[in-house]
Parts: sequence; structure tokens; C-alpha cells
Amino acid sequence: MFLKFSLHSMFYGAGGGNDIQWCFSQVKGAVDDDVAEADIISTVEFNHSGELLATGDKGGRVVIFQQEQENKIQSHSRGEYNVYSTFQSHEPEFDYLKSLEIEEKINKIRWLPQKNAAQFLLSTNDKTIKLWKISERDKRPEGYNLKEEDGRYRDPTTVTTLRVPVFRPMDLMVEASPRRIFANAHTYHINSISINSDYETYLSADDLRINLWHLEITDRSFNIVDIKPANMEELTEVITAAEFHPNSCNTFVYSSSKGTIRLCDMRASALCDRHSKLFEEPEDPSNRSFFSEIISSISDVKFSHSGRYMMTRDYLSVKIWDLNMENRPVETYQVHEYLRSKLCSLYENDCIFDKFECCWNGSDSVVMTGSYNNFFRMFDRNTKRDITLEASRENNKPRTVLKPRKVCASGKRKKDEISVDSLDFNKKILHTAWHPKENIIAVATTNNLYIFQDKVN
Amino acid sequence: ASGLGSDVCYWSMGDTQEKEGILPERAEEAKLKAKYPSLGQKPGGSDFLMKRLQKGQKYFDSGDYNMAKAKMKNKQLPSAGPDKNLVTGDHIPTPQDLPQRKSSLVTSKLAGGQVE
Repeated sequence: MFLKFSLHSMFYGAGGGNDIQWCFSQVKGAVDDDVAEADIISTVEFNHSGELLATGDKGGRVVIFQQEQENKIQSHSRGEYNVYSTFQSHEPEFDYLKSLEIEEKINKIRWLPQKNAAQFLLSTNDKTIKLWKISERDKRPEGYNLKEEDGRYRDPTTVTTLRVPVFRPMDLMVEASPRRIFANAHTYHINSISINSDYETYLSADDLRINLWHLEITDRSFNIVDIKPANMEELTEVITAAEFHPNSCNTFVYSSSKGTIRLCDMRASALCDRHSKLFEEPEDPSNRSFFSEIISSISDVKFSHSGRYMMTRDYLSVKIWDLNMENRPVETYQVHEYLRSKLCSLYENDCIFDKFECCWNGSDSVVMTGSYNNFFRMFDRNTKRDITLEASRENNKPRTVLKPRKVCASGKRKKDEISVDSLDFNKKILHTAWHPKENIIAVATTNNLYIFQDKVN
Repeated sequence: ASGLGSDVCYWSMGDTQEKEGILPERAEEAKLKAKYPSLGQKPGGSDFLMKRLQKGQKYFDSGDYNMAKAKMKNKQLPSAGPDKNLVTGDHIPTPQDLPQRKSSLVTSKLAGGQVE
């Protein structure tokens, strides 16, 4: 039994979701190595059905891909994602009063659940959140009495008969329009937005404050967390991420640069400065080093779909917390422990401040996060197996199974392994997303978007 | 590293796995302190919080700018070097240094010319 198990692992890679075989599906973006700053992908998000996939970039643009409907005949793969809509969400701004340059980079995109024919999403840069409506137009009225087909007005004296304009089909046009602009509520830089399960409100979090908005109301928002000290000299930690609970509309969490997560209940008080729960793993003081606090800073926090767990990402690991247990995580996965002996150079090249995100699969059984050298990692919570894969154009034949990668931390490097010193730290995978229902993942390298699927026989 | 003598006991059975984890991190810390002796005693993080909060701050003094322009007369004002993040100091920002308002018509490469 054991032998069979390990042979299986040898051929198919060490797990990562019930022995899913991940295959290349598509890659979007330019091939050239000279990356324009505007093209750097800054966020990736599937919508609630998984049919749409949105990306945001440093240039303030949003690109939405739509999965084509499955061709009944071609059952060997799921539908491909093609461009559905693209628009400029945010522009660069300059705040003259504060001498502050405001980047147009899209920090986060969050989809609203679909209520009617149109799709809605929230996109945010450092200061302003926008609600975008994406709607389809596939027919247009024709046969006006006073206008020509091209829009020019007809001379009324030439009109001799009356007709009723009718709708005729036209080529599908997808239009994006900003429906709400939520501005001027953040002094510091917005790092997170999260839509409440009531689908009426959402929160936005910056370094020191969290605000609650109503989706219909743009001229006011409620401050629900404020950790700004009276004296800025006493500042010791900042808010790094925040998220609403998927089911309890009164509950949200926020993570800090010191590695703590606070769970707050909005029913307790208007200002949730006092947490209901504080999640923190105790640290052995003798282990502390100059780097301890920096690498403990949480870069992302995500609730499981069930709402029972939450996952946090710090520089070297992914931790799963049971909401009922505050004193330590229930699971810890090492993403790239071999970097612990490289912290000095990672500090010097600023990589130690890279903010990696993490995500759950639809059934909460596997979690995924990115690393360097365009590697990304998956951890199967049930089998406890993990896998390292690479997003690279070298494997870009559709339905090619990805080969597991391995980093050699020390000692003799085996064939096909890569040594830590050969890793390219400029190739970082910060943003990944998992389809809510299927085994389809979107992985963003610096300026390319890869889509992988599990092998469909 | 100093204090190795006191670390000897850490190599005993049981604890080795955990304790081995400290040594790489501490070694890295020693490396860093050797390179930058002036690095504060504050744990790494606090200085960065302030830097993080100040991201995007660009100071411009119209008086300095006009004085520099007058001094230079016909000569070109020094333009920003590779580091456009100079907040204060000798560099006087010029209109050329300000980020160009990007054309909204430039479509993302993700949306065009897909390479499969």
C-alpha cells in the first residue's frame, strides 16, 4: 500500500489537491522581457460564478475575461477565458493640499454577486473606491424619424412618412460605467476592500483605519476601526488587510504588521477598536531577531468559504486559524523556508517587504500562494501534501501537465532541482485566484496572467 | 558569533529542529548589522511603518524652484535621475519630472494580442 502510494507521488508529483494534475491552459500578456510599469498586474479576482475573471494593473486599468460556454463536442477541456471588457478604472492624481502623489494602481477588485443582467465590481486604488457596472448591449434601435442611421439629424421638411423605430440585433458591446465613486474617506493608503454578506455594505481598510460604506451612498462612511495613536511617534503597527466574514454580516477581521489578527463584532459598539478575538501565535523571545517583526507581518487574510477558518500569509508561511482558537493556528505551511538564511540580502533588495496573497479552493481543502522564480505553491489540507509549480511559457502547450518543481536548500543539488541562489527574485507571484467551483486557477506573474486547469479526461 | 558557548546546550536532542531555525536568522541579522552598524536598536519594522505611511509624498517649493530657474537662466535645470523618489534635498522638481498624464487610450496588453 505504501509503495503504491509513493510511486504514484513520484509520477504525478507530491499531491496538491487529491492528486490533481495541473495543466497549462492559457497565458495572457506580452512576451517581451521589457516590462512597462503600467503592465504590472496588481490584482486578480474571479467573480462568484467563476465565469468572469478580472485583473487590475499598475496603470489603473481593469481587464475582464469571460469563460466561453462549454462546447458540448469538445469535452476535453473547459471553456477558455477571452477578453470581455477592459477599461481605465483610475487615473493618476496629485493632492495639492497634501503634496501627495496618488498612484492609479488598482490595489483590489471585488465582485458583487450578480442580481440582474449587469455585473458589478468594486475597484480601488490608494484613495478612491469605484463601483463599476458592466453591461451588455446586443441590440439597438433603428428607424428613427428625425435621425439618420449615422446619427445626423434629418431635415424635417424631407420627412414625409412616420415609422416606429424597432430594436435590431447588433454585435455584442460590453460597456463599463462608473456608477458610484467613494472618495475622500482615507488619509492613508487603502489595502483592502471587502463586500459584506448583506450585499448592501462593504468595508475599506487603510494603514490605520477601516471604514464602512453603503453601496448606494457615496457622501458618507462610518469609521469602524481607528488605530492611529494620539502621538504618531508611538506608532507600532499598521493594518495590513481586512475582510468581512462570508456569512455573519456583523463580523470582520483585520490583520496587522505585527502578525496579529483581530476579529471584531459590529454589534458590540459603533467603533470596533476593542476586538472580540485576538489571534496571535506566541513567539519564543529567544528566537527574536531584527527580522522577526518584518517577516511576521501578515500580507493577506482570507476566510474559508465555510466561514469556520481563516488563512493568513506572512513572509515565509501560510497559517490556517480556527476561529474558535485564538492562541495558535491549527495548521502552518512553509512556503519557502529556505529563504530564512537569505533574509539579509532579501532585506537589502526590499524583497522582504513583498506582499504575497493566498487563496482557498472552492471546497476549502487546498490553499495556494505564490513565491519567487514564478513558482507557486499548493497545500492539500487533507493529505498534507504540497506541490510547487512554475508559471512559465516553456510549458505552454495546452493540456501539458505541469512538472513539479523543487528548490534545493543546501547540499548537493539533484538534477532538475534549482538552488536557492539561482532563484530569480524579480519574478514574483504575488496574486493568485482559484475558481469558486472548478479546479481552474489564475496565476499572475509580473505582467502575464496564466490560467491552469486540472486534466480533464 | 559571540555566545556560541552558551548555545551548545541547544544542540541536545529534542529541541534541535526548532533551535536550528534560530541560527540562520540570527546569522543573517549579524550579517546585516555588520554591513549597517548604524541600524537602530528598534526591531525592524518601525522605521518602515513611517516610510509606508509617507508613500507618495512629494514636496515642492515654488520659491526654490523660481530661484533655481533664475540662477540657471538659459541653462537646463537638472532633471531627476533614476531615483524619482527624492523627497527633499538638492533636487528641484521641474515640470519634466512630473509624471506624465498617461493616455487613457493605451489598452492593457492583457486585452490584446493574446499569446496562447
